[in-house]
This record gives sequence, C-alpha cells and structure tokens, in this order.
Amino acid sequence: MLLFWLSYELLHLYQMKTSAMSKRKSKENSGTSRECISQVQKILRERFCRHHATEKLFGVEHQYKHLLELLKRTTVHGESNSALIIGPRGSGKTALLNHVLKELMETKQVRENLLKVHLNGLLQTNDKVALKEITRQLHLENVVGDKVFGSFAENLAFLLEALRKGDRTSSCPVLFVLDEFDLFVHHKNQTLLYNLFDISQSAQTPVTVIGLTCRQDILELLEKRVKSRFSHRQIYLLNCFDFKQYMKIFREQLSLPAEFPDEPFARKWNHNVQHLSEDKAVQDILQNLFHHTKDLRSLHTLLMLAVSTVTVCHPLITAADLQEANRQHRMDSKANIVHGLSVLEICLIIAMKHLNDVYEGEPFNFQMVYNEFQKFIQRKAHCLYNFEKPVVMKAFEHLLQLELVKPLERPSVRAQKEYVLLQLLLDNAQIMDALQAYPNCPTDIKQWAASSLSWL
Amino acid sequence: MPNLEHPAYPAATLHHLESLVPCRESQVSMLLSIFGERQQFSFPSIFIYGHTSSGKTYVMQTLLNTLKLPHVFVNCVEYFTSRLLLEEILIQLQSRSSATEQTSQVSCDTFNDFVRLFKQAVASRELQDETLYIVLDRAEQLREMEANILPAFLRLQELTDRNVTVILLSEIVWELFRPNIGCFEPFTLYFPDYSIGHLQKILSQSHPPDYSADFYAAYINILLGVFYMVCRDLKELQHLAALNFSKYCEPVVRGEANERDTRKLWKNIEPHLKKAMQTVYLREISSAQWERLQHDDGEPGQLKGLSAHTHVELPYYSKFLLIAAYLASYNPVRTDKRFFLKHHGKIRKTNFMKKHEKTSNHLLGPKPFPLDRLLAILYSIVDNRVAPTANIFSQITSLVTLQLLSMVGHNDQLDGPRYKCTVSLDFIRAVAR
Repeated sequence: MLLFWLSYELLHLYQMKTSAMSKRKSKENSGTSRECISQVQKILRERFCRHHATEKLFGVEHQYKHLLELLKRTTVHGESNSALIIGPRGSGKTALLNHVLKELMETKQVRENLLKVHLNGLLQTNDKVALKEITRQLHLENVVGDKVFGSFAENLAFLLEALRKGDRTSSCPVLFVLDEFDLFVHHKNQTLLYNLFDISQSAQTPVTVIGLTCRQDILELLEKRVKSRFSHRQIYLLNCFDFKQYMKIFREQLSLPAEFPDEPFARKWNHNVQHLSEDKAVQDILQNLFHHTKDLRSLHTLLMLAVSTVTVCHPLITAADLQEANRQHRMDSKANIVHGLSVLEICLIIAMKHLNDVYEGEPFNFQMVYNEFQKFIQRKAHCLYNFEKPVVMKAFEHLLQLELVKPLERPSVRAQKEYVLLQLLLDNAQIMDALQAYPNCPTDIKQWAASSLSWL
Repeated sequence: MPNLEHPAYPAATLHHLESLVPCRESQVSMLLSIFGERQQFSFPSIFIYGHTSSGKTYVMQTLLNTLKLPHVFVNCVEYFTSRLLLEEILIQLQSRSSATEQTSQVSCDTFNDFVRLFKQAVASRELQDETLYIVLDRAEQLREMEANILPAFLRLQELTDRNVTVILLSEIVWELFRPNIGCFEPFTLYFPDYSIGHLQKILSQSHPPDYSADFYAAYINILLGVFYMVCRDLKELQHLAALNFSKYCEPVVRGEANERDTRKLWKNIEPHLKKAMQTVYLREISSAQWERLQHDDGEPGQLKGLSAHTHVELPYYSKFLLIAAYLASYNPVRTDKRFFLKHHGKIRKTNFMKKHEKTSNHLLGPKPFPLDRLLAILYSIVDNRVAPTANIFSQITSLVTLQLLSMVGHNDQLDGPRYKCTVSLDFIRAVAR
C-alpha cells in the first residue's frame, strides 16, 4: 500500500516537473515569438518608413551605371561635371544617389578625398543661407572668420582656394548635391546656380554638381546664362516597370532578409508572402493601386499599414489585413466630412447643388441659398422646423470654416456677409454618394436632393 | 468594444487610457499599432482630420501624456509665424530634457537653423532612439506661412535623419493642403464624427451627483432632440446642457413633478430650449445674462440681443435718409419715375426686362447709387420741404461712419460720391416705425 502511494507521488512529481518544463518551453516559445515579432516589425518599418536610406533599387540599372561612371570620373580622374536627375515624386532619386555614393565610398581613395556638400531647396531658401551652409559643411568657418566679400563669386572662389591649400599637390574633388533643385531656380538672379555651374566648367578644382528635381520642365526655368553653363546631362527615373515586375517588387519588399535570426519563422513568413502574392484578392488590390500610381511610396504606405497589425497573436499577414489597409488608404476625405454634418447643413448643401444645376455653376451668395432653402421648407418639409435666419447663417458659416464652400475672392471688411459670392467645392456625384451613406437621413431631404427642376 | 492591448506598454496603463477616451477606442488602437514600440520607426508624417470637437486634440494629448511618449505639442494659431513656431518647438525640447538646465534663449530664423538646432537638442536629450513626436494643432495655419514650412515638416525625418514623426491635426481635408509641385504625402487618418448614441453616452457622463443618471439621460435626450438637427458640435452641446439643466430641474425642485414625469418636464423645458436656440446658441446674449434670466421667474421680458435693432436711435432726417438709401439700392432706376412722381406714364416691358425678371435685387445685394438720386428720392418721400443744407450732408457722412451706408469707389471720383445701403429690410422696418 505504501509502495503504491509512493509510486503515485513520484509519478505526480514527475508529471509536475514535465508540465513545468513544457510551460517554460512554451513561454520560451512565445517569448522568442515576441522577440521575433518585434524584430520583424523593426526591419520592415525601417524599410517602409525610411525609404531613402535602405531601399533596394528596381529597374534602374542603366541610370545607376551612368551616375556611377560620372562620379568616378570626378573622384578618380579629377574631371568636373554637372548632371540633373529628374523623376516624379517617389521614383527613387535620392535613393539612387545614396546607393551610388555608398558604392563609391568603398574605395579608400575616394573615402579619404571626396568632400560632399548636401543642399536642400526646402532648407536653404536664399543664396546667403546656402553660402553659409556650404561653408559649414566644408568645415571652413574658422578660415572664413569675419571676412566680408564683395560678391557671391568671390566668396565661393575663396572657399575653393582654402580647400586647395590644405592639400599641396592637387585639390580634393567636391561633390555638390542639390535636392529640390527647382526651388533654387527661384532665388534672386539664380546666383548660386550660376556660380556652381561656372566653377564646374572652368575651375581647377574638380567639382561635380548633381541636382535632383521632380519637374520635367526644369530646363525652361533656368536662365540663359545658367543653362549655357550646364552640361545638359539628364538622368531620368520614370518608374517604367509593368505589373508583373510590380508584383515581384511587392514580394521582395515584404520578405524577410536571409540574415534574419529566427530561421523557421522567416521561412514561414516568406512562404506566406508567396501565398499572398498568388491570392486573387491581393492581386486586385495591387492592380488597383498600380493603376492609380506607380510609385513605390504608396505601396510602402499600404504595406506599412498591414505590417502594423502584426502581433504575437496574429503573426502572419492575411489578405483581409491588406484589404483593410487598402480601404483605410483610399478613403474619400470629403465624403467623410460630409458624413459628419448636421441635417441643416446637409440641406444647405443640397440647396447649393440645386442652384448649381439651375444656374450652371455660376457663383451664388448666402441670400440665394437661404431663398432656395425657404422654398423647400414652405412646400414639403415635415421633418424640419422653420429655423430662423441667424441659425441658418451660423450653420452656413460652419460650412465656410470647413472650406466646403469658398468665396471667390477674399471678402473685404466692408462687404456684407450675406452677399459675398461663393462657390461649392463638392460635385454632384460626391453629394449624392455622401447622402446615401448619411446616417438617418430623413426621406424628405433625400427626395429633395434627387428631384431636379420641379421645385422652381 | 475592442480592448486596447500592445506589447510595449503595461496593461494597466492601457486600461486607464481606455477609460479616458470613451467612444474613441478604435482610433486609439490604430494609433498605437502605427506608433509601434518606442524605438521603432513610424510614418514620417501623419495627418489627422475630422470635424470640430471630434476629439483629435484631446485624444492625441491624452495618448501621449498617459503613455509618457516624448513629444512636443504646439498650436499653430498661437504661434502664427514660422519663427515663433520653430522657436517654440526648440524651447519645449530644451525644457523637457533636464529640469535643472536653464532654458537659454534660442533664436531660429529659418528652417535651416531649425534643423541644425533640432539635431543638437535631440542629441542632448537622453532619448536613446525613441521616437519623438511633434504635434502641430490647427495645421491649416501652416499654409499661411512661408511656402517651405509645410513640405519641410512633412519630410523632417529625412532632413534631420532622426527618429521623429510629425503629426498634423486639422479640420480641413488634405487635398486643400497639398502644394502645387507636390510634396511628401503624409499618412491620412480620419477621426469620425460622433453618432447620436456616442453623443448621448459622452454627455450623460457629466451628470451632477444630486440627480440620478436616468434623469440626466432623459434630459440629454430632450436636448439632443431639439439641437441635433442644427449642430453636432460636442463642445456647444456640452455648454447648452450645462446652462439649461437648472431650468429643467425646476419643476422637481418646486415639487410640482417628480423625476419620472416626462411630459410635464418636457412642457416646461421646450419653449426655453427654443429660445436658447435664438439667443445663447447664436451668442446674441452671454451665458451670464442667460443664467440671470433663468433665475427671474415668470416672463423673461424683452431680450436685448447683440443685433437688436432698438440700440440705434437716429435723428429724424437720418431715418428718412436711410430709408431713401434702401429704396435707392434695391429698386432699379427705371421704376423711380413710376413710384416717386405724381403723374407717371406706363412702363413698357422690354425684352431685356423679360429676360432678367427672375433675378431679384434682393438676392444679389444692394446696388450703388449716386448722391443726386438719393437726394431726389429723399425730397419725394419727406412731406415738407427739405433744404439741401450742410446738415443733411453731414448726416449722410455720419451714416457712412456708422456703417449703415458704405461709400463705393474712390474719394477722387469726378462725378460725385456713390453709396450703397448695407442694412437689411428688418432694420429698415424697425427704423420706420
């Protein structure tokens, strides 16, 4: 009997031990899972949100080689050059340049010699600021000190001289990168551009000027003397890939890299991505997005939204996640705003719609809208109380505040509020769609919206 | 209701957060999932839009303060020039770093300086790569500043190469913000308006302790029934609820009805609410005046609103001048002969008139008229003879100063001054009495 009891106790203890071990193991499993998910999020978020830094390049091998050649000639052979990289927003200009520079920096000679100056049109809004920034980036503040220069050209020449004095035999090549190049064009006399292109044509220091811009007509904006000093070398990045390549990009962007620490999870994840890319619903979403805009930034926004839903309980992305992300990404903002208006404000919008229909888009004023609204109230409305004019005016001013209605010109202080001419910034289709979605819309109002000239 | 949960933050904090933001759980959970863990990157810029009082500012502040995320909160209406805005951001960054350090004077003129000083400020704080959030409230004011401010803020993460996210809050949709040459598109998030159920829930939460929750809920129901068609702004409704509750409780206090006698309570409060719509809602009278009115039992008497017509007392000839000006503005010239002469002929309707019959002058606004016409009409409507003395002309000028008439055209016009009448028919009727 005692033996039986002892063996029972031993068995019980053994069971407890194994269950404890398995609990620890499962905790370890979920623990590593949590670490793993955190790691996944970190990698993918860096990829999608910091695109300029780590993005892989797709379909731009030709441009890459061209730019690399150009920069090699400056850094290794000492030639001066200038080029413009032109492409719509989000086509990867900065990323391309960063990649080329990274590859160049692998050579020791370049790493030690090349001086880089990064200017941005959004930050350096006039030439004085730009010059100070150049001085700062070349670390020449001490050399310049308190000197006063007669002109921009003198200053720039002094800076380049100063660079040369540091190195006895030859001068270091300088690379000027001008981001948002089209904003520099609007500075007074285009002094900075003129001087930079001038020294890239004539000076002994090897200088390369690379401009990045999203405007295709950038050459027309340059002054004649600036344009003549520019080498007219243009590199175009035009997002020219088709849908199959787009799908390939989708797969590659969403997959985890080979160096990921948790191998089985990475395999599961990549397998899931493959599965997603074959799913019809996901292909439809991507097709829709591809037709709307080809650039990779919108794809990144969509993928980022989908990735943000990944948690320990939900470790793999599903097609439903992508659909939800797509819906979130493509909401019509004006329809959303109309959804939240009060019934009185909706009536005013419908009155304006009718005025637009009758008078074919001519501008109207508040008095006319109020008149139209009164016609509706007097004839048919059972649901709406006849509000006083100031109450209607307050609702109308709310619409003005939301910028759904805009005055044609800035109203002067002395103009009467009721008679300022305005126009509606919604079109008929948007209004009708919004009315369909409007919660608890009274039927009178729906009918009034749908009927056309029968009210006159 | 979705339960807020996130691996990076303790469950107790999240539970507390959830209690602070009723009816906004899904927006908060979306924001939490986008923000991710503290060191992870997020969208470089987020644009949140929604109606007035849909909780954008409140939710953002509550979220950032409860979870103690490093952030800077600036209102763009308060700091309305770029210099003020940038300096304020830098000052807030400095003051949050270490309390012992003195906040030295920062001077930041351009965005270039801002980027440089920002990098220094972030380095000096012990942030350890945690995401810093810069929240700009009333972001529509950014459009009025220099053209580079808005695109630069949207790209701040790239320009400074740090882990920072800029959040813009506004009522106006993103399409009206986008600059002509394009910019870095932010992630747009919509805060939906509160439905009537949500409004009831939120308004009923602030019930005074002496009365039961059901009683207050019934009151809110009645209030929403009157005001919901006109206004859905939560702040306005809260204001109206607070002002009118004492009147609603009057029958219960006086002992005429008990809490459940809804019909009596409704009869008591309904005309009161209707009057509130014409006065307090329109800010014609102040809330203090309204409360005083409630305490005077019985007939409220004449409510003197801001645009009441009894304020202005005009002298005898000025009244006639004003009426004459109104007639001159709103009647077309060709009808003058018919109305104001003793013997007039018939008016023949020309083709021109038939085409333009529908557009009434009352819809288009007042038309300018020359001084002579004003005087002509004045002479015909005043019974006794009026001499064109300087008295009359000075009264015209004083009407212009009172902004009842307005001068149209320049001072140096050769054919004499032209005027326009800027008052409405109700005002004229009040004056003519």
